[in-house]
Amino acid sequence: MNNGGGKPGDVILTQGLTRLFGDFVAVDRLSFRVQAGEVVGYLGPNGSGKTTTIRMLLGLLRPSAGQGQVLGFDIVRQSELIRQRVGYMSQKFALYHDLTVRENLQFYAGVYGVADRQRIESVLELVGLREQANLMASELSVGWRQRLALGTAVVHQPQLLFLDEPTSGVDPLARRAFWDLIYELVAGGVTALVTTHYMDEAEYCGRVGIMNRGRLLAYDTPAELKRSVLEGPAWDLTVEPIMDGLHLLEQSGLGLRISLAGDHLRVISPGEVTEQQLSDLIANSTLQLIRLERVAPSLEDVFLTLAEKQ
Amino acid sequence: MLNIRLVSLVRKEFIQIWRDPRTLVLILVIPVMQLFLLGYAATNDVRNMPLAVLDQDRSPQARQLLDAYRAADYFRIAYDVDREADLRTLMDQGKARAGLIIPPGYGRQISEGGPAQVAFILDGSDPTVAATSLSAAQLIGQSLATGVMAETLARRGQPGSLQLPLDVRTQVWYNPDLISAHFMIPGVIGMILFAITSILTATAIVRERERGTIEQLIVTPIRSWELIVGKLLPYIILALLNTLEVIAIGAWWFKVPVRGDLGMIILLSGLFAATGLGIGLLASTFANTQQEAMLTVWMTLLPSIFLSGFFFPLEAMPPVLQWLSYLMPLRYYLVIIRALLLKGVSVAALQQEIIALAVFGAGIMLIAALRFHKRLD
Repeated sequence: MNNGGGKPGDVILTQGLTRLFGDFVAVDRLSFRVQAGEVVGYLGPNGSGKTTTIRMLLGLLRPSAGQGQVLGFDIVRQSELIRQRVGYMSQKFALYHDLTVRENLQFYAGVYGVADRQRIESVLELVGLREQANLMASELSVGWRQRLALGTAVVHQPQLLFLDEPTSGVDPLARRAFWDLIYELVAGGVTALVTTHYMDEAEYCGRVGIMNRGRLLAYDTPAELKRSVLEGPAWDLTVEPIMDGLHLLEQSGLGLRISLAGDHLRVISPGEVTEQQLSDLIANSTLQLIRLERVAPSLEDVFLTLAEKQ
Repeated sequence: MLNIRLVSLVRKEFIQIWRDPRTLVLILVIPVMQLFLLGYAATNDVRNMPLAVLDQDRSPQARQLLDAYRAADYFRIAYDVDREADLRTLMDQGKARAGLIIPPGYGRQISEGGPAQVAFILDGSDPTVAATSLSAAQLIGQSLATGVMAETLARRGQPGSLQLPLDVRTQVWYNPDLISAHFMIPGVIGMILFAITSILTATAIVRERERGTIEQLIVTPIRSWELIVGKLLPYIILALLNTLEVIAIGAWWFKVPVRGDLGMIILLSGLFAATGLGIGLLASTFANTQQEAMLTVWMTLLPSIFLSGFFFPLEAMPPVLQWLSYLMPLRYYLVIIRALLLKGVSVAALQQEIIALAVFGAGIMLIAALRFHKRLD
């Protein structure tokens, strides 16, 4: 592999990468690195700059400032060299609806210069669409379409995969199966950068970058993120009436971060608050405590805490 | 070496064309429809014009005049009326397009050798048709008058043929029967080539943008020129097949002569198709939806048709429009295709037009290719 710069093993390396659309800062001074064989999740709400980042790394958009390298190649000057070696699956599942599953794969194989016909059969096998090979892409369910889109992105055996919101609009079962597929590819030596706005999905990733409003707020393993961002423990609290409970905790002066989570409250402590303090607080009020349970913090807690600080 | 990227792109495009009924109809049926419509409907020929006759004289001389009109197939004596009001009604209703009034005493005046007058009334709503009918009516009248005069002179004892002092012998070349279809069909070829290439190219590219597949194509190692050529090649091929289709039907059904070299016709049609493709490609770089692309192409199509000499002679246009017509590639192609089909001239005679087409083709393609880069911003 040609490494133009950076450390060997750095598959992606950016420094101060910035993109403006007029006055709007879509991506703001982004610096991060991805190493070979990693699965990196890029977590953030819609419009937080994830897609713009990927488009810059692929040379589809020019950075307004900063620089980046993918597989050792400069993203502005050497994007053609990058494109031969990476796979890209866009949000829209860019398939030809009037072609069959096999024809879609044949087309992308041809465009990538893959002459080996056997490769198409093995991709069909990999994404589990052997039996659907002769169906029109328009006849596929969303879950199958998503797998076909992945198939077209890996038909040329790329070293690096960019998957932009690959699971949006897909049912939970298909989502789980899709992640199994990603891990199968990674086991074969591929590095993957996956964007998502599903917090639970980010838990599957080796490292997670949290983006909001164009800024990378944190970038680490899920466990380390929870440890470093959340200073104290998290509780699920069920009280009656629930809204009075919310107001009571907010006005307690303990610096708690409280959010509604279905029929209960999610309470994250700033560090020094104990479970005893919480139950005392409720016992001294007119509220009725039904359940107070310490829980493992989630990446959603991390995201909300970071977004609030920002 | 076979370029697998290019082959894949062309193959895919043909599969898509084949599976899209709308495109197939556009390609296969519309040109034939246009050919028949324009071959028959858009004709300036005057044949069998319904004529209403008010004969107030009923003399042998009057019958002779009517026979003269009957003999020439410009007019068809459709109505024989008794009152002037009836003639007016027929004209108002458009049932009769011309009227002939033979006043009482016409026969007597003729036999006395004096000047006799008849009234010929024309529906001038369509000036072209009216002008042709007018000269036809006058010709019929004059030739009869010459005959009558010769007869009169003979009767007065001055035998021998009557000799008019001036005799203009006209000769019509290339399209001696002045059949409109022979003039129209080369124009149809030009219009079809231009419309098919520009509209299909623009929508084919914009459709990929709408579906998001263009973004996917851009991130493949395919080169810009391969993407452009791969997108255009199928439509060039289709456009040339259309050209052959229209020429074949034109020659077989409308008996349009094909006097020039067919290979040269195809070659120069390909050159002209390149300008249409270039305009389609250029339009696709401005449009985000297929409708926008269609509209953009139509904006170039309409002036092309009106300012190319397709329907209206350029010589009769005000100078500003004549200058503008030099910007229409179709103008040059029409000169070329009409000359090749009808006149069978050599390419050397068309040098200027060929150079103009080549310059336009290369220029438009260059601008389009420069705007069509492999980026999103």
